[in-house]
Amino acid sequence: MSFRFGIAVFPGTWSDRDCAHAVGRAGGEAVFLWHAEKDLKGADCVILPGGFAHGDYLRAGAIARFAPLMEAVTDHARSGGLVLGICNGFQILCEAGLLPGALLRNRDLQFRCQDTTLLVEPADSPFLAGIPVGSRLNVPISHGQGRYFADPMMLANLEEGKQVALRYCSPAGELGDAHNPNGSLSHIAGIVNRGGNVLGMMPHPERACEPLLGSEDGLRLFSSVTTGLVAAGR
Amino acid sequence: MNATPTASELREIALTEQEYHRAIEILGRTPNRLELGMLGAMWSEHCSYKTSKPLLRQLPSEGSSVVLGPGENAGVVDLGDDLLCCFKIESHNHPSAIEPVQGAATGVGGILRDVFAMGARPVALLDAIRFGEPTDPLQRHRFARVVEGIGFYGNCIGVPTVGGETYFDQAYAGNCLVNAMCVGIARRDQLVRAVAAGAGNPVLLVGADTGRDGIHGATFASVQLDDSAEERRPAVQVGNPFLEKCLLEACLELCGHEALIGLQDCGAAGLTSSCAEMAHRGRVGIEIDVAKVSRREQGMTPYEVMLSESQERMVLVVAKGREAEVQSVFDRWQLRSDVIGSVIASPELRILDSGVEVGSLPLEVLVDGFLERYPVACPPEFVNEASREEPLLLNPPWSLEESWLRLLMSPNCANSNWTYRQYDHQVGDDTVVGPGGDAAVLRFKGRPDGIAMTVDGAHRSTVLYPRLGTQLAVAEAIRNLAVVGAEPLAITNCLNFGDPDQPEVMWQLTEAVGGLAEAAQALAIPVVSGNVSLYNDYRGTGIPPTPVIGMVGRVKCPGAAPGVGFRKVGEQVVVLGSAEAVLTGSEYQRLAQGRVAGPPPKLELVAEAAAAKAVCELVGRGLLSSAHDLALGGLAVTLAECCVAGGLGASVELAYSSPSDPPPGWAHGALFGETAGSYLVSLPAESLPTLNDLCVRHGVGWRRIGEVGGALIEVSGLATISLEQAMVANRDALSTMMARS
Repeated sequence: MSFRFGIAVFPGTWSDRDCAHAVGRAGGEAVFLWHAEKDLKGADCVILPGGFAHGDYLRAGAIARFAPLMEAVTDHARSGGLVLGICNGFQILCEAGLLPGALLRNRDLQFRCQDTTLLVEPADSPFLAGIPVGSRLNVPISHGQGRYFADPMMLANLEEGKQVALRYCSPAGELGDAHNPNGSLSHIAGIVNRGGNVLGMMPHPERACEPLLGSEDGLRLFSSVTTGLVAAGR
Repeated sequence: MNATPTASELREIALTEQEYHRAIEILGRTPNRLELGMLGAMWSEHCSYKTSKPLLRQLPSEGSSVVLGPGENAGVVDLGDDLLCCFKIESHNHPSAIEPVQGAATGVGGILRDVFAMGARPVALLDAIRFGEPTDPLQRHRFARVVEGIGFYGNCIGVPTVGGETYFDQAYAGNCLVNAMCVGIARRDQLVRAVAAGAGNPVLLVGADTGRDGIHGATFASVQLDDSAEERRPAVQVGNPFLEKCLLEACLELCGHEALIGLQDCGAAGLTSSCAEMAHRGRVGIEIDVAKVSRREQGMTPYEVMLSESQERMVLVVAKGREAEVQSVFDRWQLRSDVIGSVIASPELRILDSGVEVGSLPLEVLVDGFLERYPVACPPEFVNEASREEPLLLNPPWSLEESWLRLLMSPNCANSNWTYRQYDHQVGDDTVVGPGGDAAVLRFKGRPDGIAMTVDGAHRSTVLYPRLGTQLAVAEAIRNLAVVGAEPLAITNCLNFGDPDQPEVMWQLTEAVGGLAEAAQALAIPVVSGNVSLYNDYRGTGIPPTPVIGMVGRVKCPGAAPGVGFRKVGEQVVVLGSAEAVLTGSEYQRLAQGRVAGPPPKLELVAEAAAAKAVCELVGRGLLSSAHDLALGGLAVTLAECCVAGGLGASVELAYSSPSDPPPGWAHGALFGETAGSYLVSLPAESLPTLNDLCVRHGVGWRRIGEVGGALIEVSGLATISLEQAMVANRDALSTMMARS
């Protein structure tokens, strides 16, 4: 039985089909989950994909978090189920309280679509299980509101609990403002919850799953969970 | 009630007195205000193409791959195996001059609707934009806001902006140009026509509610801009890309559904034109009750409802009795869908208000009743004089090195990363080559092949040589496709001109369309869709003639495009093709002399096609390490771009071909002159014999001019700049410029 990814579709979601394609390349099965239904259709991992759910009106993710589907996603996450929020999905996870912090407008107030290099940090998460700490992943970003922000206490907790999963870095792995595309606090590109089962990240791993499109590094995140589950004897 | 309208009332609806009297004559009665408003909109240049139509008939639209040519929402070509490609380019110049963010955004929204109205999923957007000099804060503001508007719409709706071009010139200071192109892909069984059929079938209006926005947008686009243009801000619509995303998904769900008979977007002239055109194509009529149209505002008159250009609306004709099935799809996407009328047998557009007839016009009058116009065309006097000048004889203001660096920093040659990094160019997971190269390449999932696309404005020499300049744009598009290994499939075009009632503008338009027709015919590339934007005038001064060519090509192997940048030290630098470079209309001339003068550039369409075939084959066989077309800024800029993109220097030689001493100015011409039919490529030395065989077979000349490597970019004996200098100049120029407040 193959690993099943449930891909959420809100009005305004646009990475849903890209995620389904990526999941297929990772050997998983994709099912789409409609925002107005509470059914996860037996998904092992829920993906909240990129897009502009509900037009990002009011605030990115602020309306989507009230979708009936999000009740099921929250239950799934609280009981240890895997949830991956990409871009708009990360914003929704923060709004829903499944991840701490918030995503603000980019430092220079412009939308940014470009390649970035991500440094894999020592966070304990099935999404990173197959990727050695210190690895550098070439994964693009595409967002206008991706500047991660948390208050000092929250940030200290994140760092202490090893919840920072990915940071923007130079191709050689150095951290610095020059390699941080949006002004994120502590160069944060992605974080996990305390249990490690919920990952939110601004970059788009589903766009980095084929050499033809420039990078295969994103595939490693999807493959981590599929192989991890197989290894766990499922 | 039917008092004769005053001159100013006629102007408001863009009807001439002659047209008003013609309407009375062919209707056999005096039209009421609502009917006059509808006639004014439909007979406006924007909707009727009354001035350009006689010219556009020359354009060849037939070809073995053409499925649908002009006359539909977008042109359609066959990609084989039941896959179709729909594409079109359209202008949104007037609105963008007044409200750049929303003007540009709704331009993107409009062209997207044209494509998904055909049942195609939009997979790519491209833009050609023009502004005045960015040293002027107003122009920088317009440019920045237009880019913001394009990004706002495309990024939000989730269609990648994969290419485009920006050009700055003082001549566009009064009228910026915003041309947006959309490419979509459909399965053959999903293709939908914008046709009404079957009396009694219901007509639905879906999507956004109807407001007072954009009333007279079509007529506004058909008159010159002046200082009162600011007051026309209410004629600019506001875009809601989120709503359009939902509309797109809902419509695509229905395409291929047997309950859907016809689908048309609501664009210029709103409900009036969408209903009239759908019914007219189907040789039926449509009856609408405006009381059934959901409104955004209270107290709207039938006139306002029929002429509103509120965005994000589509008109559907649905099989009778199956309304509920169709409406359930829109309900699921939380979109309004109103049954606003039905198809009638009588070929007229009949308007009711709560069941009471308030207007009715025969479609042959409304759609076809306008008189085609044939304004006088005459070349301006300066053409003769300017064409006799020899730009090489003018004293160059700068040394070769300084000219070179100035060109690299010119906003027209500088790296456009500042622009395209604001556009999502990857969503959809198909972008193999994105913006910043010569043409964009998209793959098809599950197939080995793909498509390439480019948008290219006419060469600046179009001011003097509109026929030739337009053909040079076609040639450049072909070259841009060739370097990514693509063969041209079809053309879409956007003709941006000034006021056609000025004889020189009419001459420019006539020549340009003639030139496009000649080139398309000679190269056997059909023109399947297009748009004309006239009256791009500000205070009586028109823009330079600006035909923009959008071209789509087929790529056998999307991964084969070698890229612009040099790859490896020691590889050979080769110029392929042999057209002569001239300074007329070049970027160098623009910077150094601030005008366009000189003999016409050389263009041989047959040689152009042969060179493109050769390059396409070289790319397909993987023989090239890099390929770039020789274009803006001439050999010097093209060479520097290949160096900068690859992070490698190069050393080349440009020999004067005759034994006598070169004439004065020769070096400037050789370095910065612009040419058609030529490419700069690099490849390993051992591949040169294969290149030679292939070029001989295609009848294409080539010459080795140098080698990749070193920290310099050197044209021996003439000019040398450092790679570092070139990189900084080229990479940072635009962002530095835009960082100024």
